[in-house]
Amino acid sequence: MGTAIVITSGKGGVGKTTTSANVGSALAAAGKSVALVDADIGLRNLDLVLGLENRIVYDLVDVVEGYAKLRQALIRDKRFDNLYLLPAAQTKDKTAVSPDQMRQLVTELKAEFDFVLVDCPAGIEQGFKNAVAGADQAVIVTTPEVAAVRDADRIIGLLEAEGIRDPRLIINRLRPQMVKRGDMMEIEDILDILAIGLLGVVPEDEYIVVSTNRGEPAALSRESKAGTAYRDIARRLMGEEVPMVVHDAQPSLFGRLRRLWGGV
Amino acid sequence: MATLMQRLFGDRGQRSKDVAKERLRLVLVHDRASVAPNLVATLKEDILQVLRRYMEIDEEGMELELSRQDDSVSLVASIPVRRLKRGV
Repeated sequence: MGTAIVITSGKGGVGKTTTSANVGSALAAAGKSVALVDADIGLRNLDLVLGLENRIVYDLVDVVEGYAKLRQALIRDKRFDNLYLLPAAQTKDKTAVSPDQMRQLVTELKAEFDFVLVDCPAGIEQGFKNAVAGADQAVIVTTPEVAAVRDADRIIGLLEAEGIRDPRLIINRLRPQMVKRGDMMEIEDILDILAIGLLGVVPEDEYIVVSTNRGEPAALSRESKAGTAYRDIARRLMGEEVPMVVHDAQPSLFGRLRRLWGGV
Repeated sequence: MATLMQRLFGDRGQRSKDVAKERLRLVLVHDRASVAPNLVATLKEDILQVLRRYMEIDEEGMELELSRQDDSVSLVASIPVRRLKRGV
């Protein structure tokens, strides 16, 4: 029996889909079987980030409505034969699925896969309720901005109400140079405010744009700092102890010197 | 202390990340209170339970609310006392 993890945030545009694609790919690269579920019905995107948009035949709503079997709708990834995507429907809306149906679907997937990652839509309405149904754990993605952190706080409360305890936080798009100047909240500030555990820190990295353009997850690139951060996150999800290092995309002279001295 | 520093150096001296953190701290007190309206009601009942051991309260006239000033949130209570118990 695998583990179902919902990837959520409240606010849109903080990187839920990018996180889902990259963490899923990193888990698959580490040998785990992974099902990625795009729960953003009506605004399908996970297929595009993974470069699988041309392979879709059936979608999540087709499965729920009985037009397709789960196996038929699952798309195998180009790179890993242990990574699958269940795409969202593009023509329906969130009311096409109920939380009970999602719970059943996720339970079926958990029987087949080590990890089921559910990419949650933005917002706190029906789409959110569907995406969290059946999840054993939650990962909250935020960026170091006031609006994203505020929405993350709201989501933590809602997850608790849904019976999902101890969500873990990914701080995305951190810019270490701005943190050093005191112009961006640092990790400790955000953890202090939200009072939840940290799963990982992903630095702002131009390579994410390049990899999304190509439909090739950054987690597969050894050069990408964000990719390294996603691989760290995947290892933590597998239960490994990985030191919490911020992989700075543009190390300053000072940063490089500190690294020479053996610091972080 | 923070206000003294602000008066001496002006707000320009404050790092924007500290402003962000402080604003978030305040807005979240309000967000959390408004999302859980029964939080204040439950708190009121808990406070009453303790007070009843020591005094008689005009429970209808009791007021309890989170009040937001510019840079702080306080819990403001107005609790009319009818009489104290003897020998407490």
